[in-house]
Amino acid sequence: MNLFRTTLAACAAIIIGTAAIPAAQAAGGGTKPPEYPWSFDGPFGTFDRAQLQRGYKVFREVCSACHAMGLVRFRNLSQKGGPEFTEAQVRALAADFKIMDGPNEQGEMFERPGRPSDAFPKPFPNEQAARAANGGAYPPDMSVLAKARNYERGFPLFLFDILTQYQEGGPDYIKAVMTGYEDPPAGTTLQPGQNWNKYMPGNIIAMPNVLNDGQIEYPKGPDGKPSAPETAKQYAADVTAFLVWAAEPHMEQRKRIGFQVIVFLTLFAGLLYFTKKRIWSRLPEHAPGTH
Amino acid sequence: MSGPSTYVPKWGIAKWMDARLPLPRMVYDSFIAYPVPRNLNYFWTFGGILMLMLVSQIITGVVLAMHYTPHSTLAFNSVESIMRDVEYGWLIRYMHSTGASFFFIAVYIHIFRGLYYGSYKAPREVLWILGCIIFLLMMATAFMGYVLPWGQMSFWGATVITNLFSAIPLVGETIVTFLWGGYSVDNPTLTRFFSLHFLLPFMIFGVVILHVWALHVTGQNNPTGVEVKAVQKDTVPFTPYATIKDAFAMICFFVVFSYFIFYMPNYLGHADNYVQANPAVTPPHIVPEWYFLPFYAILRAVPDKLGGVMLMGAAVVILAFLPWLDTSKVKSMRYRPLARQCFWAFAVTCVVLGWLGSRPAEQPYVLLSQIFSALYFAYFLIALPLLGLFETPNKLPGSIAESVLSKIKGGSAAAVGAAAASEPNTKG
Amino acid sequence: MAEAKATQAGEPTRRDMLFLATGVMGAAGVVGVAVPFIRQLAPNAQTIATGAPIEVDLTPIAEGQGIKMFWRGKLIFVRNRSKAEVEEAQKVNVASLPDPQADSARVKPGKEQWLVLYGACTHLGCIPGGSAVGEVRGDYGGWFCPCHGSHYDTSGRIRKGPAPANLPVPPYAFLNDSKIRIG
Repeated sequence: MNLFRTTLAACAAIIIGTAAIPAAQAAGGGTKPPEYPWSFDGPFGTFDRAQLQRGYKVFREVCSACHAMGLVRFRNLSQKGGPEFTEAQVRALAADFKIMDGPNEQGEMFERPGRPSDAFPKPFPNEQAARAANGGAYPPDMSVLAKARNYERGFPLFLFDILTQYQEGGPDYIKAVMTGYEDPPAGTTLQPGQNWNKYMPGNIIAMPNVLNDGQIEYPKGPDGKPSAPETAKQYAADVTAFLVWAAEPHMEQRKRIGFQVIVFLTLFAGLLYFTKKRIWSRLPEHAPGTH
Repeated sequence: MSGPSTYVPKWGIAKWMDARLPLPRMVYDSFIAYPVPRNLNYFWTFGGILMLMLVSQIITGVVLAMHYTPHSTLAFNSVESIMRDVEYGWLIRYMHSTGASFFFIAVYIHIFRGLYYGSYKAPREVLWILGCIIFLLMMATAFMGYVLPWGQMSFWGATVITNLFSAIPLVGETIVTFLWGGYSVDNPTLTRFFSLHFLLPFMIFGVVILHVWALHVTGQNNPTGVEVKAVQKDTVPFTPYATIKDAFAMICFFVVFSYFIFYMPNYLGHADNYVQANPAVTPPHIVPEWYFLPFYAILRAVPDKLGGVMLMGAAVVILAFLPWLDTSKVKSMRYRPLARQCFWAFAVTCVVLGWLGSRPAEQPYVLLSQIFSALYFAYFLIALPLLGLFETPNKLPGSIAESVLSKIKGGSAAAVGAAAASEPNTKG
Repeated sequence: MAEAKATQAGEPTRRDMLFLATGVMGAAGVVGVAVPFIRQLAPNAQTIATGAPIEVDLTPIAEGQGIKMFWRGKLIFVRNRSKAEVEEAQKVNVASLPDPQADSARVKPGKEQWLVLYGACTHLGCIPGGSAVGEVRGDYGGWFCPCHGSHYDTSGRIRKGPAPANLPVPPYAFLNDSKIRIG
């Protein structure tokens, strides 16, 4: 096995040596986001309903001014495993939106109040309009944003992630970016419409800092105090959780069924193992007493 | 190996059928009475696992096709509608997307098992080549399937891979235009890929039937590489021995598969594919799915376009020539100490190439890709042809039965015992 | 083939229980896998959501005219019947009809002029003509199905032809005198 061991050792040395090359170099700058604790982490993670409802409020009052969420429909807000607003609440908040419908019998488009079956309306009619209104930048659709963003974990972290089930790269990154605005380092001049963000790859981001302490009013608890701190950090966490739900609305069902399936298959595998042993014990070399 | 049929129809209807279309006889001979070497280890269960994966992919794929819209403006949203609105759509789609990865995990284990135990050697050359054809068809199917969600990786993967054909002198550009059905990857490309992605799995199924047929003519290889000498002593009937063992292995495989479907469904994919295709923006870091990475590394190891494409093609095609490149008479690497080391070095080379394929195309990765590409080909073109001539193999057991019994009796042959110890559970 | 029958003696019950449990578990697994593959055939969540009730404004429909619209992918006829048509529908001897039903059972009380129907022939699903002025309305002044010649009267009841049943009335309610909600 000498040749094999030498090869293996050489390969290990190469991998460890080159893995030390900072991954950020490839990504073109941008600090790795910290790992935040989320209620939806791990095999039994679930969404925090109150957090999703607060997150919706942040989305509605801040994000939706520029970002579309065209794949999410109002009715989703009342479905199981989501923010679980009541159906009456969903009808009311859908009716808050003006939806373009038509054409009517006169052949004209018209606006009507939203219905639960409608998708969130887009803030701009098309990409060109969105760019024109945002200094050339296109605010991406947020429907699957939490799954569409990630950052490189690197060796050997990506292997451990299989066991720890870490898959919150998207939300970690989104929350970090929303709270990662800083003054640019000395000597860097930003063009108009550019902002400096610690976590953005390349550090330059078109979106300005939009979350400030006290900006959004959270529902009050029985003691008259807000149900969660009205801070930029909390807003960022809440809206990120909301985006994770929006990107994967059946996550709770998935993890719940997953647990049942894996328990079932493990038990079945156990039974099959003993059945197999019993059948193979008919062969002389597997008969009891020979080993 | 199959020998004369031992099927005796019991009921009238079975006799009637047997005289007209002996399908029950074929099933009986192939999956019940079929003799399998009694010393197969768990690596031999991957054939059955692959069969199950193929069927699973076909079923989930047919279901997905019921809900999917192959159009460049609608494909992305129709996939999301499957994920959001179709009952259990998320499950079926994750089964299919994760299933592709697990299909490749199983097929790579299956291939490496064949490499280790010399399953490609006479009389199983045709069996092996059919396997290579299946592998090639699988790669084409997986590639085209990956294009269908019409995300950024779909689009740019399609662009990069179809552009490989432009390296062909003279007709390259024309071929690429014909692949695209336009002047770039666009809606016609998507619709034809969808059509072919639906067709190819059934072609795979056809070749699998030939593969199994060839297997049942020659019989299975086994960990000793010594052919079956006496059916009575060396083999057990497929049912119940192999069936129950395969079933156990399949369920174990499905435990791991389920873990990924339900808990890590996007781990094996790329976040960028959740961004709808945009012909104006290439993602900063585009890589193929993990199962193509070693070949991608070989492609990028060559600075010349045509050279890279040819070398990558050769990396796949060379597998088909293996029966004649390996000059050793001994099949199993259990009894080939030097070849065994080369085998493991080769396995590590493939993993390293996979890792290099995921790195950006810059130094030192390019240089490393070149070194490991050379090692990859050295296994086929230098190690195996020469080792057969110079290597002194260990003593082979006289028969399968002898090897099984020697292990039970405390390992009378030390060499056999030592070799077996380096392998996973060979007894089940 | 090497099968030693002698070694399997003893504990037959425990072995049988093991085999039985494994078999039952396998069957349960197959059933479990079948569930999502069958359930996916059901209408998806968006189809169900867009099948919510719709509201129809009756003001533009002149007397003697009808309109057509879709609800849940099915065609709906709304007809503003003239006095003569209503009387004709009411005076028919119900017992003589192929599918006996009084006109009063097919309209809302006090709103006899308004007839709301599913617009697909009960024979094989073609769309009977007669909603718009000028279309052939058949021998009984209601609707006529061109596919196989079924005649419906001014209450949408089958009078002649191969269709076995009257045009069914969808669930609907009057919100006010000039607005209905279907569904």
